[in-house]
This record gives sequence, structure tokens and C-alpha cells, in this order.
Amino acid sequence: MGAFFSIENISGGYGDVPVVNDVSLSLEKGEFVGLIGPNGSGKSTLLRLVTHVLVPDKGRTVLAGRDIRTMPRKEFARQVAFVSQDTTINFSYKVREIVLMGRIPHLGQLELETKKDFAIAESALKLTGTLHLKDKEIDSLSAGERQCVIIAKALAQEPSLLFLDEPTSHLDIGHQIKILDLLKKLNQENNLTIAIVLHDLNLASEYCDRLVLLDKGTIVTQGAPEAVLTYPNIETVYNTVVVVDKNRVSGKPNVVLVAGSQLCRQK
Amino acid sequence: MKISVKKKIIFLIVIFIAAIFFGISKGSADIPFIKLLGDENRAILMLRLLRVVMAVLVGSGLAVSGIVLQSTLRNPLADPYLLGTSSGAGLGAACAAIFGIGQDLFPVAAFLGAVASIILVYLVARQGGKIPAHSLILSGVIVSIALSGIMVFLISISPDEALHGLMWWIWGSLEVFDLRLILAVSIIVGLGIFVVYIFSQDLNAMSIGEEEAIHLGIHTETVKKLLLVVTALITASLVCIAGIIGFVGLVVPHMMRFIVGPNHKALIPASCLGAAAFMMFSDTIGHAAFSPLEIPIGVVTAIVGAPVFIVLLKVKQKII
Repeated sequence: MGAFFSIENISGGYGDVPVVNDVSLSLEKGEFVGLIGPNGSGKSTLLRLVTHVLVPDKGRTVLAGRDIRTMPRKEFARQVAFVSQDTTINFSYKVREIVLMGRIPHLGQLELETKKDFAIAESALKLTGTLHLKDKEIDSLSAGERQCVIIAKALAQEPSLLFLDEPTSHLDIGHQIKILDLLKKLNQENNLTIAIVLHDLNLASEYCDRLVLLDKGTIVTQGAPEAVLTYPNIETVYNTVVVVDKNRVSGKPNVVLVAGSQLCRQK
Repeated sequence: MKISVKKKIIFLIVIFIAAIFFGISKGSADIPFIKLLGDENRAILMLRLLRVVMAVLVGSGLAVSGIVLQSTLRNPLADPYLLGTSSGAGLGAACAAIFGIGQDLFPVAAFLGAVASIILVYLVARQGGKIPAHSLILSGVIVSIALSGIMVFLISISPDEALHGLMWWIWGSLEVFDLRLILAVSIIVGLGIFVVYIFSQDLNAMSIGEEEAIHLGIHTETVKKLLLVVTALITASLVCIAGIIGFVGLVVPHMMRFIVGPNHKALIPASCLGAAAFMMFSDTIGHAAFSPLEIPIGVVTAIVGAPVFIVLLKVKQKII
């Protein structure tokens, strides 16, 4: 028996130049894993390669012992859900219609939603604190509210694994904490496995059990935040001088930026 | 204030039935409705019934094609003629006219022209087995312009009578000229709309984003290709019996999104009803307004449709 979700020697990207090079990574059930790395390091591409959005050039992805290419797409979507950075929706769907779309993987082609589907959608709305928005139109919400609704849609899929690609990068700190607290709660109470791309190293440090640091399409190092977020690691990968301190409340590493450091290095 | 979607659909059905009666009772000749049922007016009644059938076919077919293109390409300005069908059909018919092929084969030539233009648009748009939305839109525009250019060139160098037979294509018509043709087209349109309706759930997911749909377990490339072929066949067959009738396929889906919302399970039937009624009213206005002069239906749909759409747009903005 291997890991719950394992990425085996995946390479691929857009066109001829692979963005991700021979990456292997396993996720255990109930883990909260953070993917970090500079822009263009292949974090988002890696997630796309293992969720059918992009077809890998090499390698395979295994979910619960099965190659995902041999699984029907809807069966895959009943286990794995995805929240992207920013979902702009051009049409005026109601919030409840959006969340109900999370039930699509559980429905046949012409099957109508049953009471059970409505109940699951409603509890996803409750869980994300968006029940009061259910009759609003999605394009009338703020960015923070909209992201909560998108997460509710993903939860309505009833996944056992949730991928998130920088879900908080457009949000203020209040909404960032709100969403990550919610994810932590789902992770701990429902044993939901989470793999999240985060740009904010301190958020990654606070919430993730394990961090995977990527650079130029390969994994540089991985492990507990204390092991990954060291100043030599960050300085080599991001080419920026930092001071790694400790968060006084949680005791987790806290990365402090040093202004002007890029200029010093150029001298 | 809240009205359920079911009630709104029933309301549209009522309008649809009203439009049928309106379409049958009004025409170039002013005959009371009761008299139409009599034996002496049977021919007129048949003719008007056929126009009703044409209106239903053309309206619902164009509206559903517009929905598919707007949702799969996530572009609110997409209309059924985006894939080059109109200019392809025009060019096919122009070629048939110029090479002296009989009038009754015009629709076949137009259909072939439309299908050829769609294939051309696909080939230009394709990038490594995928059809990205932006490249499909661009290639549709380019192919349309090129084919219209060739068509105008052919018409301008040909003798007048050939040109005259083609004029109706530009503004469309619901004139019935071949029953077998209508039957064939109604089978294509009927089956096409049915296939699109089967994929209404997939269209919902795809209209919020292609990657979103993939994450909901939908084979987006396959569904997109299938539905684009279906809409292309619907528009091609409609162009060859009714010419180019603008505005319906672009605007009726938007009107219906205002009324029943963007969910395709309601939007598709609502748009069929709404577009059919809209076509019947436009056709009847075109016939009766300046009788005995006839105004092409495409002119009416543009003149009536634009203000209606602007009013809806303004009202909608006030609500938000």
C-alpha cells in the first residue's frame, strides 16, 4: 500500500518546455501540506498536471492505489476538489446555484439534484459562513465572500482531498485568516487532506504540517516548517535576504523581510 | 416579488401561444380568425401555419446555438454566425447561382458552404488538438470576413439576375419554399437542441470556467467539440432555409438570462419559447406593418430587438 495520493516522476508544462521536471511527492491522508516557491517555480503547474487540467509529458499520479488516468473523471472529482486563485464568473449565477454545481460529480448526465444534494450544498454554505448570501448573485459579492463560496462549492463535492492554488492572495489579512482557519478546522475535524499553494511564507508556516519548497520545476527540500523555512534555504531560492524569527504565539518560524537586501547583494 | 422559475416558464409558454395566434391571424391579407378555419381559406391557413413552424425552428435553433457559443467560449458577444456559417452559406449559394445550378439546389449549396466554412474555422483555430476560445473567435472573424469578401466579389462580377436571387440571404426570410427541406431541417434542429439540453449541466459548469468544469469531472474538450459541431449543423441548416437573421441568437439568450437566470436547465427551454415568440412577432410585424410591402425579418429583429435589449439592460443595472 502506497500513499493516499502520490505523484510519481511527473514532468510537463505548456508546450515544448516543461515547467515541472521529474517531481515526485506523496500526500498522506489527513495531511495539511503547503507548496511554496518563487513565481514560475512550477507550483500551480504541478497541481494542474495532477488534476487533469494539463496532461503530463511523463510520470503518473496515483489516487488510493489507482492511476488517475484510468479513473472516470467524475469519480476523480468525487474525491478531489480544487479551489483556484481567483474565479471570475461572467454570468449572474445565484450563490446557491454555484454551490450546487459542486454536486455535478455525484449526478448522472440528466439527473436532477435530490433533497440530499440540496442539504449537502446548504451545509457547505453553513460551514463556510456564506449561508446568508445564498440568494445573492455571485458577481455582486466581494472577493473574500466569493472565495468562501468557491470553497463551499468544492466542499459540496464531498472530497477527501482538496487542492488550493493561492486561495488567499487577493484577500485582506482578516479574510486570509478566516479561510485558513476554516481549512484547518476541516482538516482536523473531517480529516480532509489539504495541499495548498501559498505565497505568504508566514501563513504557510503557521498552518501547514509539511512544506514543500519548489524552485525551477523541481523540489528543493521538504519537511516541517522549521526545517524548510531556514534563512539559507529562502535566500538561495528567492535570492533575497531574510531574517527567520519565531512567532511569539505559535513558536513557528516567522520570516522577516529585509528592505534593500537585493541592492546589497548586487554590490 | 420573487417569482419562481417555473412560473416564469409558464408565463413564456403563454406568450408563445399568444404569438402563435397572432402569427396565424395577422398577415398581408386581413382575414378574421374564424374565417381562416373555413375551407376557402385553407391555403392561407396552411401557409401561415408553416411560417409559424419556420419561426419556431429558426428562433429556437438560433437561440440555443447562441447559448452554446456564449457559454462554452464564455463570451457574451458570441452569436451563432461566429463560426463563419453565414458567409460560408452565402458564398455557397453565390457559387451555385453563378455556375448556373438550379434554384432548388441553392439550399444544398448553402449548407455545404456553411459546413465547409466551419471546418475551415476549426482548422485555423486548432492548436495541438485543443480549440482555445480566443483562437476560435479570432479565426471565426477572419474566415467570415474573407468568405464575405469572396462572395461580394463574385456577386459584383456576375450578371444582375444571379445577384437578385441572393439578396434575401442578407436579411433573412421565413418564406417557405420546400416542405421536404423544412422537415429535414426540423429533424436537425430538434435533435440538436435535445443534445444540447442533455449537456445543460456541463454547460453550467463550463460557463463558470473551463478549469472549474474539469475539476467537476467534465471532459471539457470533448463536450466543447461535440456541442460546437451540433450548433454548427443547426446554424448551417437554418441559414440554408431562412438566410441570415441577426440579433435573435445574440440577444434572446441574454434577455432570458435576465428573466430566468443563467442556469441552462431553465435557460434552454425559456430561450426556445422566447425566441420562437420573438420571431413570430417580428415576422408578423414585417408582413402587416407596411402591407402590401414586406420588410425583411432581419430588419425587424434588429429594430425591435435592440431597444428591448437596452431597456432590459438598464432595468437590470438598477436591480443590482
